[in-house]
Amino acid sequence: MTTHLTDHAASFPHRHLLGIEGLTPPDILTLLDLADEAVEVSRQVEKKKAVLRGRTQINLFFEASTRTQSSFELAGKRLGADVMNMSVASSSVKKGETLIDTAATLNAMHPDLLVVRHHAAGAVRLLADKVGCSVVNAGDGAHEHPTQALLDALTMRRHKGKIGGLTVAICGDIRHSRVARSNILLLNALGARVRVVAPPTLLPANVERLGVDVYTSMRTGLADADIVMMLRLQRERMSGSFVPSVREYFRYWGLDAEKLSYAKPDAMVMHPGPMNRGVEIDPEIADGARSLIKEQVEMGVAVRMAVLEALAAHLPN
Amino acid sequence: MNGDADTRSAPKPLVLENARVVDPARDLDATGTVIVADGVIQAAGPDAIGKPMPAGAEVVNCAGKVVAPGLIDMRVFVGEPGREHRETLRSASKAAAVGGVTTLITMPDTEPVIDEPALVDYVLRRARDTAIVRVHPAAALTKGLEGKEMTEIGMLKEAGAIAFTDGRKSIANSRVMQRMMTYAREFGALIMHHPQDVTLADGGVMNMGETAARLGLMGIPVEAEIIMLERDIRLAAMTGGHYHAALISCAESADVIRAAKMRRLHVSAGVSINHLTLNENDIGPYRTFFKMSPPLRLEDDRRAMVEALRDGTIDVIVSSHDPQDVETKRHPFAEAADGAIGLETLLPAALRLVHSQDVDLLTVLRAMTTRPAQLLGLDGGTLNSGAPADLIVFDPNTPWVLDKADIVSRSKNSPFEDARFQGRVERTLVAGRTVHPYSGHHS
Repeated sequence: MTTHLTDHAASFPHRHLLGIEGLTPPDILTLLDLADEAVEVSRQVEKKKAVLRGRTQINLFFEASTRTQSSFELAGKRLGADVMNMSVASSSVKKGETLIDTAATLNAMHPDLLVVRHHAAGAVRLLADKVGCSVVNAGDGAHEHPTQALLDALTMRRHKGKIGGLTVAICGDIRHSRVARSNILLLNALGARVRVVAPPTLLPANVERLGVDVYTSMRTGLADADIVMMLRLQRERMSGSFVPSVREYFRYWGLDAEKLSYAKPDAMVMHPGPMNRGVEIDPEIADGARSLIKEQVEMGVAVRMAVLEALAAHLPN
Repeated sequence: MNGDADTRSAPKPLVLENARVVDPARDLDATGTVIVADGVIQAAGPDAIGKPMPAGAEVVNCAGKVVAPGLIDMRVFVGEPGREHRETLRSASKAAAVGGVTTLITMPDTEPVIDEPALVDYVLRRARDTAIVRVHPAAALTKGLEGKEMTEIGMLKEAGAIAFTDGRKSIANSRVMQRMMTYAREFGALIMHHPQDVTLADGGVMNMGETAARLGLMGIPVEAEIIMLERDIRLAAMTGGHYHAALISCAESADVIRAAKMRRLHVSAGVSINHLTLNENDIGPYRTFFKMSPPLRLEDDRRAMVEALRDGTIDVIVSSHDPQDVETKRHPFAEAADGAIGLETLLPAALRLVHSQDVDLLTVLRAMTTRPAQLLGLDGGTLNSGAPADLIVFDPNTPWVLDKADIVSRSKNSPFEDARFQGRVERTLVAGRTVHPYSGHHS
């Protein structure tokens, strides 16, 4: 089993995972196949493997995140790495200079894997250029969140058997969402039809150029969709700046049974979490039979194990 | 009243014969008959002559009279809720009926501001119970008219808000305006904006220029309007939203709108009857009833407004009816409130443009009937068969003088006090029911 996994991992040709952009369809499939196997590992009583034994993984989070950070932590530990979490309050960071200082400091500690989340788009790449280890982007501003897109794809593939040919409607705050951008790239790479559905104020300009069909109405946007992916709406954006109020947002763009009825009868519902029940999604749907939301969390650990393992194959011995 | 919710006994059918029937929706201006029954126009125009009359109809010989669609006034300030001593929905509707206005679009800057669906519902219910013409409330564009946060355009529209505006206030923040136009597009909502750069207008009380200099009053430059209008047009182009300049007042603003229409942008414009018929010289010795926003401009600007009306650059004429009382008007000019009433004089004042042969009757009436109906998505504004029987009968030549004592509006701040007019509404129908002359059978 271990040799088999390592074969897979060796076929992944990148030192960093900074985004879905730059990955080929075979790269993505390699990671998904590895992740499928990691799911089995995680479901055993003995969850520990040794591929990262002796390796140091630092989770460097400039933006608070309980679920992503713990998911990466668990993934590293299951692969045998020594994992250290560093949270840097973003308010105390003074942009570029301090970020590079931090990189230099960390680099001197000789980590093997650096998992980074930062509130500024492009910050993770900037940091990757300054360190000697492998870097995983755990979310940079509104740019990319590649492991989220991979775990979403894994979840979809395990339920629908494939990605190609699926119609996926990504709904909500597209404008500020790194999850949406990574998903659009990945799903397009694997041949899905991607739609975005949002109030016009929450769509980036020229979003159609990213290879998506653009809708502003849930009813038309969800019609015949296989997957409905809801995005989180930040609280500060729902009181008059981008949308007027929670109740208006929920009425027109919140996923409830009525709107979901426009999707295919076997359509599944996803959400990257954390959810705002009653804002973007009706609790009945979030916790209902068609929700894959809990499963996405499980797949998150598996995908991160796959990514760490694939990158470790390139680490110097 | 609003819609068809009417439990009173049905009015008698009505046949108006030998009338000059003017229906801008059909470019019709010809002698004919108008047949009204069941609250609906059955037929109107030369085609209706000789058609069978409904049983029990009241037949009126209208020789020398014009029959036209009831006027739709897109900009009416009321005092209800919150300032009922200035004007209630009922008193405004009575003034409207006298002036031949059968549909009022009320402004949201009441107390409280109409920025919640429940308040739209309140205005609609009060209007249904007390008003004698149709009332459609416009809702606020931003919460509390503060120019910062957008209102619930979707839910307000569902509740019955006909359009969205911050009334006499301008949205200074360009990003807020851009987001509003973007968001409103989703609901097909009409944004009506009073274009005025508040920083340029700040402190000004009348048009900037020689007259202000002589009177020792601070001026508001035309640029305050032009700059804001140009910004708005660019945002309309950027967002694809439907933008209506609620009021324009100067020649260059007309040029800006004209150019935007040439580019086929979704843009329209209104002008107040005051800016079509008065100029800054009317202020004379600091007469505060002529203080308004935007301010009265030069005669050249007034002529440019008339030209823009004639060539279709300006879509609608509004009264901008703004009741103010002695508390707000009996002050030194600079300290007095802006605003003038206008419901009762809207048509007579507009007829001045017809009598002076500047604009034909069809064009003047189109800007107060068919065009506002189109912009707002209303059924009325026409005498087409099947349309609601909202219509007016007026003699375009009757001479009269506006006596303050005869003003029906609860506030008396008319710039046309003691003015001579030619042409007066004799009868106003809403949904086939005569509401003027006031027949007294409404509770």
